[in-house]
Amino acid sequence: MFFSLAAVEVGTHLYWEFAGLTVHGQVLLVTWLVIAIILTIAVLGTLNLEQVPKGLQNFVESVFEYVAGIAKDQIGEYEYRPWVPFVGTLFLFIFVANWLGALVPWKLITLPEGELAAPTNDINTTVALSLLTSISYFYGGLKAKGLGFFARYISPTPIFLPINILEDFTKPLSLSFRLFGNILADEIVVSVLCLLVPLFIPLPVMVLGLFASSVQALVFSTLSAAYIGESIE
Amino acid sequence: MNPIISGASVVAAGLAIGLAAIGPGIGQGTAAAQAVEGLARQPEAEGKIRGTLLLSLAFMESLTIYGLVVALCLLFANPFVGG
Repeated sequence: MFFSLAAVEVGTHLYWEFAGLTVHGQVLLVTWLVIAIILTIAVLGTLNLEQVPKGLQNFVESVFEYVAGIAKDQIGEYEYRPWVPFVGTLFLFIFVANWLGALVPWKLITLPEGELAAPTNDINTTVALSLLTSISYFYGGLKAKGLGFFARYISPTPIFLPINILEDFTKPLSLSFRLFGNILADEIVVSVLCLLVPLFIPLPVMVLGLFASSVQALVFSTLSAAYIGESIE
Repeated sequence: MNPIISGASVVAAGLAIGLAAIGPGIGQGTAAAQAVEGLARQPEAEGKIRGTLLLSLAFMESLTIYGLVVALCLLFANPFVGG
């Protein structure tokens, strides 16, 4: 029983054929659940707004202040406001996805192939998120500076041109690998420990995993905000 | 499946993790030591120091994670075994 709960499958997916594309169904299912949870909390928290917040509205407001603080710290007082939705969405999606993958006993639901887990343990999800970051900082930079944005490729001297071009590729690569590797590493460590000692011993590691995955959500959104801030300043 | 390739992949996966853990280990130790020093000097700055320390530890840890990704590729999605 415990062994079947602890077993981890790497590289097996529930394949869905969709308009000529093959997608990983188990990732999409959990992603939809994450989106539904975030939307429900956001809608319920803002349903009847009051001057003096209480209950869920209080919670939603403090979450907003937290994610706005991330954007404000990195992008700056004057330009951060339009980027709060993007940075906040990244943070909340990754955070809820990581915690959902760690807290819900997904093994109780069996799929024909693959297993339900955090959507961020699939490289496709993290690559999509980090490419969104790339697109946003290009968009932000081009909007703020026009074609002068490309002057950053030859700053401080034209000798740095290859390194600056390479940076545009390494940014999304490191962002996506960091998130993917951390979440997958957590799951593998927990499942290996469960395989060795099924009871109680893996609990501290699970708590460490929860902590690490929330830090990863913070790191991803902070870095995205930092890249955006760097390109529009 | 070529046994030499599989054996070499397993050894390489172990080396990838082990070597990738050396640098970040030293770096994290240094960062934590400096943070403790800063705390001893200025205990009132605890919140800020803790936040910065955690963020930078996560950055350093990501270097080991790159090694882990390489190791996982070698173990579960090895491109050289197929042929």
